[in-house]
Order: sequence, then C-alpha cells, then structure tokens
Amino acid sequence: MLSDRVQLDAPRNEPVTTQKHTDRVHHVHGRLHGHRHAEGREWSERGRPIVELVDVSSGYRQTLGIADVNLKLWPAQFLAVVGPNGGGKTTLLRTILGHIRPRQGRVMVHGTAAGGSALGAVGYVPQLEQIDLSFPITVEEVVLLGLSRQRRWFRGTSAGERDRAHEILERLNILELRQRQIRELSGGQQQAAFIARALLGEPELILLDEPTSGLDIRSRDEVVHFLHEINHSGVAILITSHDLNWVAAHLPWVVCLNRHVIAEGDPQEVFTPAVLGETYKGEMVVLQHGDMIMVGERPHSPNGR
Amino acid sequence: MNVLLEPFAYEFFRNGMIASVIVGAICGYVGVYVVLRRMSYIGHGLAHALFGGAVLSTIVGVNFFIGAGVWALVNAVLIHLISHRRLVGADAAIGVVTTSSFALGVAVVSTYRRFTLDFEAALFGNLLGITATDLWVIALTSTAVAFVMIVIRHQLLFSTFDPEVAPVYGISTNRTELIFILLLAVTVVASTRILGVTLVSAAVVIPPVIGRYLTQRFQTLLVITPVIGAVCAATGMYLSYFIDISSGAMIVLTFALVFFVVGGRRWLRGSR
Repeated sequence: MLSDRVQLDAPRNEPVTTQKHTDRVHHVHGRLHGHRHAEGREWSERGRPIVELVDVSSGYRQTLGIADVNLKLWPAQFLAVVGPNGGGKTTLLRTILGHIRPRQGRVMVHGTAAGGSALGAVGYVPQLEQIDLSFPITVEEVVLLGLSRQRRWFRGTSAGERDRAHEILERLNILELRQRQIRELSGGQQQAAFIARALLGEPELILLDEPTSGLDIRSRDEVVHFLHEINHSGVAILITSHDLNWVAAHLPWVVCLNRHVIAEGDPQEVFTPAVLGETYKGEMVVLQHGDMIMVGERPHSPNGR
Repeated sequence: MNVLLEPFAYEFFRNGMIASVIVGAICGYVGVYVVLRRMSYIGHGLAHALFGGAVLSTIVGVNFFIGAGVWALVNAVLIHLISHRRLVGADAAIGVVTTSSFALGVAVVSTYRRFTLDFEAALFGNLLGITATDLWVIALTSTAVAFVMIVIRHQLLFSTFDPEVAPVYGISTNRTELIFILLLAVTVVASTRILGVTLVSAAVVIPPVIGRYLTQRFQTLLVITPVIGAVCAATGMYLSYFIDISSGAMIVLTFALVFFVVGGRRWLRGSR
C-alpha cells in the first residue's frame, strides 16, 4: 500500500512552516535573500521586485478570487502558480495586469500601480482556448500585434520591426511558418507564436495563463524549452498551471494558491501531501525518485475504503 | 448594345447605381469586422431600430439622415452600455433596444397612416428616389467611416482577434467597440435609404461571408469584400431595371446568389 509520500530514493526535507502573512502560508525553506539557482538561471532578490502584491484581495463582483495575497516576483525569476479551478490563478494574473482593481491591498508593477504605463514592460499570453483560432490571421500578423503600443494612426510596420519579429520567430523555431494561418499550427507552435508576440514588446516580465493546457507531451516539451530559453535571456516569467508534474519537473519556484497563498518555494520542497492536500482540498499522493517527484490523486477504493 | 446601356440614360438610375456601389463597398468593409466579431445581429438590430428614428424624423419634419442618424447613434450607445454592464448578454441587449425602437416606429405609423408610402421606403428602401443631395451625404459619410476605420485598423484588428490581451498593449477594447458600433450605426443610416431597414443587414453580412470563402487572409479579406459588395450591388441594381423587381431586393438576391455559388463550389470541393 502506498504511503502519503512514497520514498523511492533518498529522504527529502520536509517543508518548513512559518507564521508570516497568514497562519496558513508555508514558506518552504524561506526566501534566501541573495541568489537562487534554477536550472542554471539565477535571479536576484536584491533591489526592487518587478511585481509586488501586498495583502491583496481581488475578484469579480461579489466573488473574491484571491484574498490576503502577498507575493513578490523578482527580475529573471521563473515562477509557477498552481491551484484548483476557481482557486484564483487567473484572477491573480488579471489583478497584476490591472484588469481587475484590488478591493484591498496594493499591486505594484515596476514600482508603480498595476495597469496603465506599468504594462509597458509586461507581456501576456492568454489561454489558447480563449482565442478564436479560426480567425483569418497569419503567424506573422499575430506577432506584429505585439507592436501595437508603437503603431498609431497611419504608421505601418518598419523593416527593422519586421526583422526583429523574424529574429524572435527564428529563436522560437517557427520562422518558416510565419505566412501560415495560426490555426494550421500545432498547439505548441501556436503557443510559441503568442509568446513571440509578447516578446516583441521587449518585456521584462511575461505572464502566461495555462500555457500547457490542452497540449500533448511533445508540445508541452516545446513550450518549456521556449520558456527556459526566454528566461535565460533575463526575462521574468510567471505562469499558471494545472499540470503539477510538469511544474515539478521543469520549474524552479512554485506558489500554491487556493484564494490564499498556501505555500511557496522549490517544487521539490513544496509538493508534499500536506501542502497539496490543503491546496486542492483532497487527498494527494506524492512519489519521489531521486530528483523527480510525481503527484497523483489517491485512487478511490471500490468499497469506499 | 443600346438596350444594355439604356438605363444609364436616366439620372435616377445613375444616382441609384453610384449610391448602390458606395453602399455595397462600405457595408462590405465594415461587415468584415461585424462578421469576425460575431456581431451580425447588431447590424440587423440597428437597422430595425432605425425605423423608429426614420418615422419620427418624418413626423417632426427633420431631415432623414439627421433624425435617423441621431436615433441610430443613441441606440448604438444604449446597446453598448447594456451589453457591457454584463447583466444581460449583447444579444439580449440588442433584442430589447432594437425591438422597442422598431415597435415605437410601428406604433407611430399606425397612428399617422397618411405616411404609409414614406414608411414603405424606410422599410424596403427607395433606390430610384436617390437625389443628388442624398448621393453626396452617402458618399461623404461612407468616406468618413472608411477613413476612421483605416486610422484605427490596428486597434480594431487586435480587439477583434484577441480582446482579452489588447488592453495589455494599450488598446481600450471598450472604447474601440463603442467607436466601431457608432461607425456601424452611421453606415446603416447611409445605407437604409437604398436597401431599407429590412435588407441592409444583408449588405453588411453576406459579402464578408463570401470573402471568407474566397480567402483566408485578413488583409486580402479587407480588400476583396468591399469589391464583392460593390460589384454585387451594381449587378443587382442593373438587373432590377430589366427584371422589374425592387432594386433593394434584387441587390440582396444577387448577394445571396453569389453566396450560394461560391459556398456551393467550396462545399463540392471539400466533399470530394
């Protein structure tokens, strides 16, 4: 029979719970004020964070999507937010983007209030499901939409801007597909096109809402490859995801969110049955083999035992 | 040969032909965004709402374009505001506003029966009654609509394709949508004199759908759809002279015929 956390290899550190912010927040190993390593990438927690949420409560109409959230995102950090449906992941992104005004607390992007001019340094990639992919638009046209801040009145696209778009497409291995309709691409390639659009504005931070949702294993692999490459060039990335195993395998830092921040830290430390159980309000099984961890649900017994 | 050129000898026909070409082109151009934004019902509803304004402007003695124009703009703003409150969907907002406005027109018509002929023209168009002044108004308003749409083309494209992300790039989807619905209202007002409130939505919806059958490129679509609209409108207008069918109806039937030919060809190719 499986125990809650099956050790297939070496023993691991248990998460450390602190009383910071709310009683429920686990700060796993705390935040090291210096440098963090993430698959070769370092980020600094000195200076000013790109995004800072202080005691933020936010949501639509009567519903509170997130409550008392404190979060910092540092330059060149790669962070995933995981949690159940309705747990506030998208609300968090929209609050950072300034689409939703927080009811309480403050959201700072680059030291100024979220939305407006602060968005100049932020790129956003929505869920593919939210986009009408039957729209008659080519990959290149999608990417060039990323210049919309600069394109006003009768101004068209300059040769230099087009070259820059092509460079980004080449970096993401979809340059030869630039004249294809967006719907003709695979899920991973479509995601790359939207990432390219975000990159064209030369952001310091990219927010991605469920970038692996609906993608097969190969496409997910392509996406993580793109994202790591972008992160290595110094761009901070914040993604939301349902895919705990993908996050555990590839991402250096995770926030477990279910209206409140339940825990934050290295997935290797955060993904414990206790933390995930509290996040998803269910019984979770975590298997460990060396550096690899696998998260699953506890199977239901046919006789309810 | 003389028989074929005979209609052009008449000024009313020449005016009607020029007006139908302009209206076919501008409705097609605006219609590209109407269809891609899935707002076809708004074009239909706005045209019906216009009936109330057309009737009231006749009774009050105000110029049709001014009276119906103001009425259409008010209805457009109301639809925009109600649908953006998100208390009801856009389709329900259009249903409430436009049917109320149409019913008001019907109520006034039933009270002032002596205006029946004018109201028939409002309902089904009066292409052969286009005056030189009407022609100028139609040409200037259509040029203004096309100009504004070209100026805001980036905002229109982004907010149509990806409305959730457009604000991140400094585009106000709310403001762009309001401007667009006002432009649509102006287009409908300019076209109603020709096609009538019951047929004008066909000129907005059918050419872009034909265009979608012919091309999958957005920029090409923006070019060929006004051409399709203008050519079909001119053909319909021309045929109506010989077949002796209402010009507005003949124009819409030409749109429909081309739609079925192009759509049928595509269907046959696809099913092979």
